[in-house]
Amino acid sequence: MKTYYNPEDLKKFGNIAEFEKNLANKFFSYYGEVFKDGALTAREKSLIALAVAHAIQCPYCIDAYSVDALEKGCDEAQMMEAVHVTAAIRGGASLVHGVQMMNKVKELTM
Amino acid sequence: MSEAIKSLRSRQNALADSFFQLEVLSKTTHSHDDQASFASKLRMSNLFPLKPTGIEIFQINVGKMCNQVCKHCHVDAGPDRKEIMSRETMKLCLEGIKKTGAHTVDLTGGAPEMNPDFRWFVEEISKLGVEKIIVRCNLTIILANKKYHNLPEFFKTHRIEVVSSLPYFNAIRTDAQRGDGVFEKSIKALQMLNEVGYGKSDTGLILNLVYNPSGAFLPPSQSALEVEFKNKLKSNYNVDFNSLFSITNLPISRFLEYLIDSNNYDAYMAKLIEAYNPSAAANVMCRNTISIGWDGWIYDCDFNQMLDLKVNTKHNHLSDFVNEELLNRSIVINQHCYGCTAGAGSSCGGTIS
Ligand code: SF4
Ligand code: SF4
Repeated sequence: MKTYYNPEDLKKFGNIAEFEKNLANKFFSYYGEVFKDGALTAREKSLIALAVAHAIQCPYCIDAYSVDALEKGCDEAQMMEAVHVTAAIRGGASLVHGVQMMNKVKELTM
Repeated sequence: MSEAIKSLRSRQNALADSFFQLEVLSKTTHSHDDQASFASKLRMSNLFPLKPTGIEIFQINVGKMCNQVCKHCHVDAGPDRKEIMSRETMKLCLEGIKKTGAHTVDLTGGAPEMNPDFRWFVEEISKLGVEKIIVRCNLTIILANKKYHNLPEFFKTHRIEVVSSLPYFNAIRTDAQRGDGVFEKSIKALQMLNEVGYGKSDTGLILNLVYNPSGAFLPPSQSALEVEFKNKLKSNYNVDFNSLFSITNLPISRFLEYLIDSNNYDAYMAKLIEAYNPSAAANVMCRNTISIGWDGWIYDCDFNQMLDLKVNTKHNHLSDFVNEELLNRSIVINQHCYGCTAGAGSSCGGTIS
């Protein structure tokens, strides 16, 4: 069956350098730096990445950061809480616009 | 909830046979591709044939009998396993320790405490005056029967270093790997060890914990996880310990069964191979350790022991071994060795690079 997404393609991420080496190298070296222990631990960054992966709903990133979070020592509860953070922010972002709707409605109604 | 499991042996599973395990390991696509054979990797790292650097640690497996039946157990241990070391063989071990001059004696199993001669053996080893005696205690044994309740005191008397598995600081992960109710009992046992001074600063009584992944993934960084374990165990259960060792699961015995049954085997092997680290390879534990089986045969490590890969020397039993031969041997390797060299590496004492 043909699909737009193929799990095998995740392993080929590095191949993007084939068409444009310079920018790819810069991106991957930056990427590596970002995820190192810093003011945030590598573990905390992995959970943030997992949450963002769910926000952008990227199957590659969800796959990669589910494994990475486990290998950074996170457990199921921590990972699911990270996804709830995504859901809360996404849901909240929609709901807070309800204020805009209310403003408009109040402007137009008696 | 994890369902109760039995040993491979009692289920008459084909993987109970070490030949079959080796066949599975050798039939992977990876070992046919010479680039992926462990020997070729060692060759590229200038470590082939793999040679010992000495005999510092004398590890003794006093038997396969255990009160637990963990899903990942590389020993295929359990209550049904009756293979345990006799006092006669223990006497040979005492001679062997003297002969090799090893500074550390490391007692493992199964649950070593279930061997009826365990305490006698520890007392005799103590008399030899070695620097360190380690007991790999699964914690729940301390609560398993009244006769084991005073083990913490016994360990203390002989200044034993206690090394215990706790795969996670919560019950879900721990029980999934080690059996229902194991987490709660382990915490109780840790508190009992703390009570006599284990894991407390300034007592010199060392209590180390071992983390290993509850599934087909690699372990995290040892130091980062240690901080997390210390915080969680202290604040939730008032438990103290010294160090956390982070260990990789090797693809043998019941963990191999899990990998195959869960369709994770190929991906896991590929992951181990990809994560090969030459500096971990230079420090694998078989280079300074020998491992003794319950019946007195000598192996390069506890994993080779479970695969029935004896040391490659003319005399490979405690009754007639020759120190020089052991020191000059080539260590027996196979594809399972990739578990020791992945990432930061793995040994009975945690990461190695
Ligand atoms: S892992 Fe240890 S405690 Fe668990 S069954 Fe094996 S020997 Fe027993
Ligand atoms: S499995 Fe045993 S022989 Fe192989 S590298 Fe590890 S310690 Fe050495």
